[in-house]
Amino acid sequence: MSLSRRRRMLPWWFALPGLLWLIVFFAIPILNQVSVSLMSGDPEKGYELTWTFSTYWDAIRDYHAQFTRSFGYAGAATLIDFVIAFPLAYFIAYKAGRFKGLWLLLVILPFFVSQVMRTASWQLILNDQGWLVARMQDVGVVSDDGRFLATGKAVIFGISYNFLPFMVLPIYATLDRIDRRLIEAASDLYCSRWTAFRKVTLPLAVPGIFAGSLLVFIPACGDYINSSILGSSNTTMIGNVIQSKFLNVLDYPTAAALSFILMGVILLGIAIYGRVLGTKNLTELAG
Amino acid sequence: MATEALPTEPATPRVPGVAPPGAPRRDREPGRGRRWLLGVWSALAILFLLAPILFMIVFSFNDNQGRFNFEWRGFTLKHWADPFANADLAKALENSLLIGVLSTLVATAMGTLLAIALVRHRFRGRTTTDFFVFLPMASPEVVMGASLLAMFLVLGIGTGFGTILVAHIMFSISYVVVTVKSRLEGMDPHIEEAAKDLGAGEVSTFLRVTLPTIAPGVAAAAVLAFALSIDDYIVTSFNAGQTQTFPLYIFGATKQGVPPQVNVLSTMLLVLVLGLMLLNVVVQRRLAARDKAARA
Repeated sequence: MSLSRRRRMLPWWFALPGLLWLIVFFAIPILNQVSVSLMSGDPEKGYELTWTFSTYWDAIRDYHAQFTRSFGYAGAATLIDFVIAFPLAYFIAYKAGRFKGLWLLLVILPFFVSQVMRTASWQLILNDQGWLVARMQDVGVVSDDGRFLATGKAVIFGISYNFLPFMVLPIYATLDRIDRRLIEAASDLYCSRWTAFRKVTLPLAVPGIFAGSLLVFIPACGDYINSSILGSSNTTMIGNVIQSKFLNVLDYPTAAALSFILMGVILLGIAIYGRVLGTKNLTELAG
Repeated sequence: MATEALPTEPATPRVPGVAPPGAPRRDREPGRGRRWLLGVWSALAILFLLAPILFMIVFSFNDNQGRFNFEWRGFTLKHWADPFANADLAKALENSLLIGVLSTLVATAMGTLLAIALVRHRFRGRTTTDFFVFLPMASPEVVMGASLLAMFLVLGIGTGFGTILVAHIMFSISYVVVTVKSRLEGMDPHIEEAAKDLGAGEVSTFLRVTLPTIAPGVAAAAVLAFALSIDDYIVTSFNAGQTQTFPLYIFGATKQGVPPQVNVLSTMLLVLVLGLMLLNVVVQRRLAARDKAARA
């Protein structure tokens, strides 16, 4: 091999191990899952590839309620997280002064405790006789004899809690990068602070809001930890269905079809959302 | 700042909807009231984030009765005296730590090399590779976990410790690539070119110039990979077989009541990670100070 050829191959040698790992354990399983979704049969006799496309229609027919619930819960949690996160990110970027690092550490601190553990803690804090539920009854969020746990509200609460840092961090990162002189220039040109915020700061923060929303919405759609621990059989999300089809019922084709419908809707949603916000190149966000 | 030099009455033409020249300029300092509100909102948001962690720590000292540990029954150190009392829990934590360390090592090595290839080299298929690496982060965990299990089933591979490890490496790689990439993009490529001009080979340039420069990024990526691995529930639950990990154990225990030893061990892990981060900051500062002294 000539030297120049070796040089040309060098990036491939660097990329190869990681790329190969992703191909073998991510891409091939997903492609294999496509063929599983088109199989038919039963758990005892095994499944065969019969190109049964009707599994997809049956899955939508049987589980549209869980799909709607998943997207509804995930959407509500994304909105709640945005409302909580934006002022917090704004405060850290512009007002926290020399304590910026400390505030950021507090935002990521939950990552150092297992998500399942934190959700289990909420389950105990929100117990029916607890102080917090009593206060919620006082305010009227929960009816006087009602529970908070095992309701849709509790699941949305849990999802919002678990993914909040993923909304704060990208918004903070974009706000922090905005050239302060732009905002000063706006106020020098007689913008009120509110107009300067609306016409300068907010548009420049859009990439962060976009990234944050995706980082919350995507995992939230497939999540079933919150609905398992904080919810009930009335709050089942599509993740619960896929998990039980796969691990308990052993109905692999339906589970696979449900996975692809979930992924398809998410990708479609990202594309539309990106078009609306004017962000065309999604890979830019990853970098 | 350039804006400070601007005249107070700019010569720009009037824009509709904007205050006329000569009108008192709005205060640049935000009103006290609103600033106070923003601070309170932020403090409450942080309290919300930390509440279940504070609860977890406090109740690791609870002298609990019965299965559920949420009613305060008095202070005790007995759970802290014997955190490994529950053999299943101790085994689950051991598995989690081992899988965390191994998957971090492998994923960080592979991801770093992949990031270098993507940033430093223009090769055919680079954009496609870039997008492909991004895909696992855009896929719901339940989809990745189920697909991987389906493949293992088709190939007749039994699930357990090994398959968990494989899965954790898989979902960590993309995060490592993204983290290291952002560090590399901020690095001046001329430094590497200078090293090569001065006669350094490909390998020694990599080992003595590139790697030390991106080391903080690689360290951050490793911390992220470890955190992702030790915390993962969804992908693991599909590929674990009979093997228990720390999150799987806790999830199973939520139905019958989480034993207080879980609170103790989670608190210990938290303190350990915070300690490591503090150590990292101290080391970085020392190194920076040494650099400064060397240059002087």
